Amino acid sequence: MPDALHAVGLRKVYRAAVALDGVDLRVAPGELVGLLGPNGAGKSTLTKIACGLARPTCGHVEVLGRPAGSTAARARTGYLAELFRFPGWATAEELLELHQRLARSTGGAAERAKLLARVGLGEAAQRRVEAMSKGMQQRLGIAQALVGDPALVLLDEPTSALDPAGRRTVRELLEGLRGRGVAVLLNSHLLSEVELVCDRVVIIDRGRVVAQGTPQELAAPGGVEIETATGTRTYPDARRADVPDLVGQLVAAGERIYGVRVVTGTLEDAYLGLVGENAR
Amino acid sequence: MSPALLDLRIIAGYALREAVRRKVLVVVVVLTAGFLVLYAFGTSEAFKEVSRSNVASAAGIEEKVLTGSTLLGLAMFVTLFLGTVLAVFVTLNAVRGDAERGLLQPLVVRPVGRSTLLLGRFLAASVVCVMYVQFVYWAAVLLTGATGGYWPDNPVFGGLSLAAAVTIVVALALLGTTLLSSTANGIAIFMVFGAGLAAGLIGQIGSALGSHTLERISSIAAWALPFEALYQDGLHALTADVVGVTGVIVRLGPFGGAQDAGPWLYPFALAYLVAAGLLADRVFRRADL
Repeated sequence: MPDALHAVGLRKVYRAAVALDGVDLRVAPGELVGLLGPNGAGKSTLTKIACGLARPTCGHVEVLGRPAGSTAARARTGYLAELFRFPGWATAEELLELHQRLARSTGGAAERAKLLARVGLGEAAQRRVEAMSKGMQQRLGIAQALVGDPALVLLDEPTSALDPAGRRTVRELLEGLRGRGVAVLLNSHLLSEVELVCDRVVIIDRGRVVAQGTPQELAAPGGVEIETATGTRTYPDARRADVPDLVGQLVAAGERIYGVRVVTGTLEDAYLGLVGENAR
Repeated sequence: MSPALLDLRIIAGYALREAVRRKVLVVVVVLTAGFLVLYAFGTSEAFKEVSRSNVASAAGIEEKVLTGSTLLGLAMFVTLFLGTVLAVFVTLNAVRGDAERGLLQPLVVRPVGRSTLLLGRFLAASVVCVMYVQFVYWAAVLLTGATGGYWPDNPVFGGLSLAAAVTIVVALALLGTTLLSSTANGIAIFMVFGAGLAAGLIGQIGSALGSHTLERISSIAAWALPFEALYQDGLHALTADVVGVTGVIVRLGPFGGAQDAGPWLYPFALAYLVAAGLLADRVFRRADL
């Protein structure tokens, strides 16, 4: 089975600005990958190339074994842009129907009702876009991206305009997609969210992939703290495997141990450590 | 139906619905109603005034033909102008504008190709604009005939010329929208339209003065902007059979259509349309959105 997304040596130059500089990236079928990076790192450019909105300067991208941007690739891809708008005169129902027809979906009214319910807009099917709040439009955008049961969904900041309840809905939706074997590339600034739902995280900076792995792999170890009768002793370079030796040494030295804590770093720590000042 | 044709129908339907539901259409309908009411009133008064005066008849001029053809020429000018306003507003944001606002991207990522998207928008805009100019033109023809008893020689050809002219304007506006932002495109199309009309008037003046240089300048400009040549050809057809002093005066007037474009105008206009469409398609297909 081909990768949902496979980019090799991807480079994109806008006049003098290098947006992507040799990016290699794989998203396996059913995998939920978070794409992190500071503003201008090249995340949106990468997703735009993957869905055919932009052309790479060089390199190659395949979506489900087909060249990115080809009709066959676009037919199986769902996309939510970071900055998008829908025509204000259309109702939620009309908009989804248009996208169903363009995506050649045969789901009909049942699919529209299911998608609207899934993003919490079940009661707003006949509401015009111009009468919707930004958060509702964002939810509608997500529903639109899921029209036609795509095998790869590219989401560029899907929770940017959502309240906490909306973010939770999106998280549940992403988990549901993973459960159905849909691959997702999630471009987000919300590290906590990415850490919660993504199988794998790719950090990109100045157009290059600077790190990738599971959130646990990327989260740097933060040392070991041991609570003794004389106070808390901190071993910043120690890892979980070092705990028995450290405890043994302290006991041998006559200390009484009241607690041991293995400190793990967060994805945020790892991210800031990798992209440094660019993230600020 | 093949997928490409189906996509074309979907996009054209979407663009038509957009055109109908946007407030700009209401503005155009109100302006048009205002124009037609004023035109009916003005035409009626003009014919009454002319019938009371015998100066023209004494000079051997058919006053009904002179008045009717001049007023209908004015109506054709206004119809093309209003058609151009509509064409600009219907296509204003079609590519760059919609891309800048984020409206285009959700459509472009669907399997429908960019060429189909552009062609669909062109068809929808053309249908709206052609139907509109036909309605206004034929309303003006009927009002002129009903109020003054003047019926032009070849009204069908005049209507076809207007339809072709406004289709060229739609194509130019769509080409513009692949290159320019909304405001810049709107300004550019109105300036091009103005340049075409100025060229037409220079041609009329050149014809009146017998200046081949002015006529040549006008001719080159009219062929470079064929909507103007088509409009002039339509005007010419309306009064093609008017002869004698009346014919000379009518054709030398500002709405007389002194220039007969000849048999190559329509093939040229078609080729121009195709070239503008291909250029727009090429620019759109290569654009990063």
